[in-house]
Amino acid sequence: MANAPTRLALLAGALALGVGFITQAADAPAAPALVSGAGAAMLAETCAGCHGTDGASVGPASPTLAGMDAAYFTELMQGFRDGKIYSTIMGRIAKGYSDEEFELMAGYFHGKPYVPAKQPFDQALAAKGKKFHDKFCEKCHSEGGAPLTGEAKAKAEGEAEEEEEGEESGGEEYQILAGQWIPYLVYAMEDFRADRREMPKKMKSKLKDLITKEGENGLMAIYAYYASQQ
Amino acid sequence: MKMNRRDFVRAAGAATAVGLIGVPHLALGAANQVVVVGGGTAGATVAKYIKRLDPSIEVTVVEPNPVYYTCYFSNEVLSGERTLDSLRVAYDGLKALGITMVQDSAESIDAAKKVVKTGGGKELAYDRCVVAPGVELLFDKIEGHSEASAETLTHAWKAGEQTKILRGQLEAMADGGTVVITAPPNPYRCPPGPYERASQIAIYLKAHKPKSKIIILDSKSQFSKQGLFTQAWEKFFPGMIEWRPGPDAAVVKVSAKGMTAETSFGDEIKADVLNVIPPQRAGKIAQAAGLADDQGWCPVDAKTFESSLAKGIHVIGDACIAGAMPKSAYSANSQAKVCAGAVVALLSGKEVGVPSYVNTCYSIAGPEWGISVAGVYKVAADGKIAEVPGAGGLTPMDAPDWAHKREVAYAHSWYKNIIQDSFM
Repeated sequence: MANAPTRLALLAGALALGVGFITQAADAPAAPALVSGAGAAMLAETCAGCHGTDGASVGPASPTLAGMDAAYFTELMQGFRDGKIYSTIMGRIAKGYSDEEFELMAGYFHGKPYVPAKQPFDQALAAKGKKFHDKFCEKCHSEGGAPLTGEAKAKAEGEAEEEEEGEESGGEEYQILAGQWIPYLVYAMEDFRADRREMPKKMKSKLKDLITKEGENGLMAIYAYYASQQ
Repeated sequence: MKMNRRDFVRAAGAATAVGLIGVPHLALGAANQVVVVGGGTAGATVAKYIKRLDPSIEVTVVEPNPVYYTCYFSNEVLSGERTLDSLRVAYDGLKALGITMVQDSAESIDAAKKVVKTGGGKELAYDRCVVAPGVELLFDKIEGHSEASAETLTHAWKAGEQTKILRGQLEAMADGGTVVITAPPNPYRCPPGPYERASQIAIYLKAHKPKSKIIILDSKSQFSKQGLFTQAWEKFFPGMIEWRPGPDAAVVKVSAKGMTAETSFGDEIKADVLNVIPPQRAGKIAQAAGLADDQGWCPVDAKTFESSLAKGIHVIGDACIAGAMPKSAYSANSQAKVCAGAVVALLSGKEVGVPSYVNTCYSIAGPEWGISVAGVYKVAADGKIAEVPGAGGLTPMDAPDWAHKREVAYAHSWYKNIIQDSFM
């Protein structure tokens, strides 16, 4: 057993230390002020109940966050919070956080190993999907839509600068499509197509091309290709 | 005086051998011991996260049951949507993380000696203890009721055999029968649970016994997600579910023999299936260890979940008083992480970090009809856990059908991920 007086002293020492900072909510002046200042791990761990330990979702619909591009994570959460990106529940939760808190979470999830989803897919459809991805999507969602690291990210950034339409090309940031849970990607695509989420111009035109040439099955094939990357 | 562990070991090393005898853990480099009482969602999560934060801490979980059946999603067993077996969670995941499982029940906790005593006669020494006993069902608050009569008048508020009995009773009931659910007074485990139960039973009855009826006798005059549940009931099961509000409809007496429930107003309602969800308080060990207040729940420090009534013992999950947070699995999981961080910090003499808490709770209120409530919480200047204003809240009342369908998919994701995050 530990020495009791020492233990108590340690306890008292820790409790006496005031940590965190207090913010007063502007719209609720009567309520007691809330203490902010939680660290990245503390903040990010609260997401795990839906998005898995360290953001590696075991599905079937809530997306994996592990390995996400940090800037894109923050941008998405701001979009959910501000209602610019439709969500069932994420926006309600996002309203509870500041930009600084999003950035802490973003850094945490970016640093976690990306774990591709284990989900069923149709081999033949996935093979077709790879071709469609290469033709319609790869330019912005490079490396088959996988998280980019090191050289691949630098290359994508370089290409984005050459095109001088960084925001539209999506080249500065990456989105995890490969190994992402397919129901989530389907929902996101439904939201893009129904104007519940703003679609970059280039994506709009590429998507139109894909649907015109390959029909809805073209999209199904691309989903199968992303599911196949495990 | 503030001393971290390394300083202490150094100081102890400079002392004589006699001095070492009283402090075996630190002086001999032995690990800190944490004993977790209860292997539900809160207990499992705190064990896992303590081990993650500091693998050198020896974590022991005391839990009488060899496996755990999640209460969450057990209403889907009543509709036939899932099997009881699909709710079964083994402790292999925790064992694989290096956590010791002791299949036994905690009988008492000696806060002065820092020892948990079990029914099986074990004495487990701890440096810090985390108590996560869930709820105790207070059968004796209802006249004529007892643990024995609960084999007929099921509660099914702890999943497992009880869930199986209730499902069996629903299957055996003739078409045109009456199912009565008695909803408990606040606070209790899973605030939307009785109403989701009505929905899930209605899914079964509508498909197989459409002339049947469900009556909810409530102690309360309002309930969680009320607008959304009422909307779903009108849409999917018109005329099937009748909610009778408290306080008049509070059930004060039941009879297993006559299958009747008597309300405080004096009405006697005859049932074919009578599901009595009793009033609740913190689990038995919390009462025995003096961790509960006169209302039966455990006051704690919001930043550490250390008991306000006993030093060195933390209480998390349904048993604790957690301010604005409801008694849910997600709350338990979220509180466990705050507690784990605090326990590890306190054991190593470091600062306890600023907490952050979340609750996310789904109910399946009809076929392909999910509804949810969420909350983001911080500790307030008054030391209580408070909701971040403007955040969280309910599924909008005008959500389209496809959004409710998505919420079902996300509810199932919630289930899979919270099990994985808590137990594996």
